[in-house]
Amino acid sequence: MTEPSLPSAFAELEGFVQTWCLPTEAERWNRRLASSLAEMREFYDAFFPRLEEAIEYCDKFPLDDLPEDAMRLLYLIYSLVMVAMAVEIFGQPKPTDSADAVLDRVGEPVP
Amino acid sequence: MGRWPKPAEGTWTEHYPELGTGPISFRDSTSPEFYELEREAIFKRAWLNVARVEELPRVGSYLTKEIEAAPASVILVKGKDEVIRAFHNICRHRGNKLVWNDFPNEETKGTCRQFTCKYHGWRYALDGALTFVQQDSEFFDLDAADYGLRPVHCEVWNGFIFINLDERPRQSLREFLGPMITGLDDYPFGKLTERYDFLAHNNSNWKIFADAFQEYYHVPALHPQQVPAAVRDPNAGFECAHFQIDGPHRVVSTAGTRRWLMAPEYMYPIERATRSGLVGPWRTPDIGELPAGLNPGSIEPWGISNFQIFPNLEILIYGGWYLLYRYWPTSHNTHRFEAYTAFHPARSVRERIEHEVAAVVLKEFALQDAGMLGGTQAALETGIVDEFPLNDQEILVRHLHKEVVDWVEQYQREAQPAGV
Repeated sequence: MTEPSLPSAFAELEGFVQTWCLPTEAERWNRRLASSLAEMREFYDAFFPRLEEAIEYCDKFPLDDLPEDAMRLLYLIYSLVMVAMAVEIFGQPKPTDSADAVLDRVGEPVP
Repeated sequence: MGRWPKPAEGTWTEHYPELGTGPISFRDSTSPEFYELEREAIFKRAWLNVARVEELPRVGSYLTKEIEAAPASVILVKGKDEVIRAFHNICRHRGNKLVWNDFPNEETKGTCRQFTCKYHGWRYALDGALTFVQQDSEFFDLDAADYGLRPVHCEVWNGFIFINLDERPRQSLREFLGPMITGLDDYPFGKLTERYDFLAHNNSNWKIFADAFQEYYHVPALHPQQVPAAVRDPNAGFECAHFQIDGPHRVVSTAGTRRWLMAPEYMYPIERATRSGLVGPWRTPDIGELPAGLNPGSIEPWGISNFQIFPNLEILIYGGWYLLYRYWPTSHNTHRFEAYTAFHPARSVRERIEHEVAAVVLKEFALQDAGMLGGTQAALETGIVDEFPLNDQEILVRHLHKEVVDWVEQYQREAQPAGV
């Protein structure tokens, strides 16, 4: 058993940290396209019911001074947003009819 | 019968009779010869937005910009007098590209006290003056005053930095922008500095992608997922509330019910949980009174206004945040697409998450638009069909293509030798 990396109230999500705790959109997007809908649904079903609670937890801290475990939870929230596009909206990893189009996010605020 | 009143002529298109109502040609988007004319007539004559002032925060801040259509490489730099200037990115000694980092064809940015050429060490001040020549006594009557960096016309409007590659621009930037665009003089773009930037290399003519964002007729067919499946109306249309044309520029406004006032089933769960989504954060900080020019049709309830500034700039304003698109042609059938979303800097984690959601959703639907480009370009290039009917909701598509052809024809008339 490795060190817990999320706030203890969210310990049940530890199993998703290695796959979905990704600091940049580019990493989250690539992980989404490399995942099956079933894999993403598993993450979504486990985390979505606790999303609002997770946002409230992170929101207790200043944006420029998040403790490491809250930062990881925030990255997990960002991944849930990414995965929700596939699970809730398109029912497939890629946006419907996006063909060979690519749109890279080349700049974003941190975190 | 539409929901929104049209002008007295009965349609938006007929309100601008010079546009006509017949089918249009897209040869301006498939012909290599037309592209060569467009480079001269448009991209070397029109004012082009290349950056925002926030990208050059300090004395010595600089960035380079590649304008393939000219072609030109331009340095933007903030001088000791805090004035932003533009120069051609060429060392006056042997023509080496002056400012670049790892690879000369890649744009770069940074802060410096002066520019030093990598090749023979010539140095230039932030105002472009040549200040140092290695072994200057070896040269023949070299007067440094004759060898400053070649300036590029550069003007700033409401924080947007524009350049003009013409030797003598025909209009000042303000004259070029005209009353409809300068109606946004008081919009506080400078307060919206939290940006998510995007870049794409698309396989179509630049105008074909611009067309996707200046009509909403395509929304129900291409983006049905913008409405959750359970409440989706398969026969839904889309009607814009206001269209306006001013010189080469265009605007379209839509009406909009505030997202949080809609029934919950019209939103996706992720939108309800994060209070953000398709139209951005549900609530944005007070950024002061917004100028009347933002909603030139006085639409109530107003949704968005999408300003298309000729030739290749789009600013789409949602009230408290905005999107910006630029389409840079790289050949007759390819272009570089730059985009960003700009928000008030997040004051809390919750606000940052709202911004992330808006930036993610934007990309989803922009990829659907971009997914049409390769097929459209290839089909147009077959040349089988050359008459395409446009409806009244597509008035701005009609206007862009007419304006481009008008600029090219004007250029050709001026290029004709006198008396022929």
